[in-house]
Amino acid sequence: MIPAAFEYHAPTSLGEATALLARLGEDAKVLSGGQSLIPMMKLRLASPPHVVDINGIAGLAGLREADGFLRIGALTRESDLEESALIRTRYPLLHETSKVIADPIVRNLATVGGNLAHGDPANDHPATMLALGAAVVTISPRGERTIPIGAFFTGPFATALRSDEILTEVRVPVPAARSGGAYVKLERKVGDFATAAVAVQLTLSAAGTCEQVGIGLTNVGLTPIKATAAEAALKGRRLDDAAIAQAATLAAEASEPSEDLRGSVAYKRDLVRVLTGRAVRRALARAEGKG
Amino acid sequence: MRVQLSVNGDKHEAEVEPRLLLVHLLREVLRLTGTHIGCDTSHCGACTVLMDGRPVKSCTVFAVQANGKQLMTVEGLEQNGTLHPLQASFMSEHGLQCGYCTPGMLMTGYAFLQKNPRPSEDEVRMAISGNLCRCTGYVNIVKAVQHAAATISQGGA
Repeated sequence: MIPAAFEYHAPTSLGEATALLARLGEDAKVLSGGQSLIPMMKLRLASPPHVVDINGIAGLAGLREADGFLRIGALTRESDLEESALIRTRYPLLHETSKVIADPIVRNLATVGGNLAHGDPANDHPATMLALGAAVVTISPRGERTIPIGAFFTGPFATALRSDEILTEVRVPVPAARSGGAYVKLERKVGDFATAAVAVQLTLSAAGTCEQVGIGLTNVGLTPIKATAAEAALKGRRLDDAAIAQAATLAAEASEPSEDLRGSVAYKRDLVRVLTGRAVRRALARAEGKG
Repeated sequence: MRVQLSVNGDKHEAEVEPRLLLVHLLREVLRLTGTHIGCDTSHCGACTVLMDGRPVKSCTVFAVQANGKQLMTVEGLEQNGTLHPLQASFMSEHGLQCGYCTPGMLMTGYAFLQKNPRPSEDEVRMAISGNLCRCTGYVNIVKAVQHAAATISQGGA
């Protein structure tokens, strides 16, 4: 399959890149890992006249904790998350997510920034970032902007990114003591999108009740879903079987799956219930230091 | 657009359209046909090559993105007429039948063994999970990768 012809740009600085985007407007697409954009171009689902490759811009990749945040540079590859000791030990939710995105070869190019900017509700990082309460940092000729993840996904394959903006960094709050997270995904085979998946990040109080919790759902709606009613059902409570079962039911009710080859609406909704229960239990075990 | 790249240590230069895929540059411009085109949808991994040491699916990379990069293809495994231990192991352990997926399996396996010289069976299976084989049921491929790991760690071919 051959993509439609396009003009290729390889800026070497963010200034140059945003100036290009400002000039080209909707005619340009940003190329980071390319593992969603290039397949879409080959299928001619996307035919941008201009492609702006940001891979030559220094300083856009990397993982570090600073000022209370984990800062994930936009060009950080999924395999970098997978191989990072920092992520493995401190961010089990992100580590678990990075291991189930696409397949190991795709993950060598696929980026965290691209996984969000693509705006695909079937992608995995949107749900995990919703659970973690992350924020997205962007830059444009007008300056820098920080967008809370809750306001980032505006529709199917649509985000709050403007045509002259580049996503530069994802900021994840450094987890407090007694925190744990988990990502539970059901996929038919390696490389498939989730039939459904659930991300949970929670923090326990000293007394052992649930102080903070985020729950994100993958591929069960037109956008990634934050299961707020399920979160409210857990907050302030001891996470016993009854509380977890109630939250799981509420998460299932928040899902809006559509029927496809992966299953019926009823099946997927019940799957959300089951996976939410598993994800909360695994996150809880980790928060208690048993995970 | 002019691209310069190194493939298996040899410098190449070519004038390409931006939409040319890396796999087409390798096969049709540089005439290195060892790299296969399988599904052409980033699923099967037959087109896997190493770019700056990391396996990538060359059907999902534009040739212009390889500008200035070091590539390695299956043709780069054999040295002075001697098969790489991984190639020899695929032969001795019957790690192929039709052979279509083999170039991709070899490149993934080669990069994987550099990171993980003594992998378990599970680790091999996860490592090759982006490469599809429709003949072998993977059993002998996994054996071949582990056999190669043992050969390499003993310092021989």
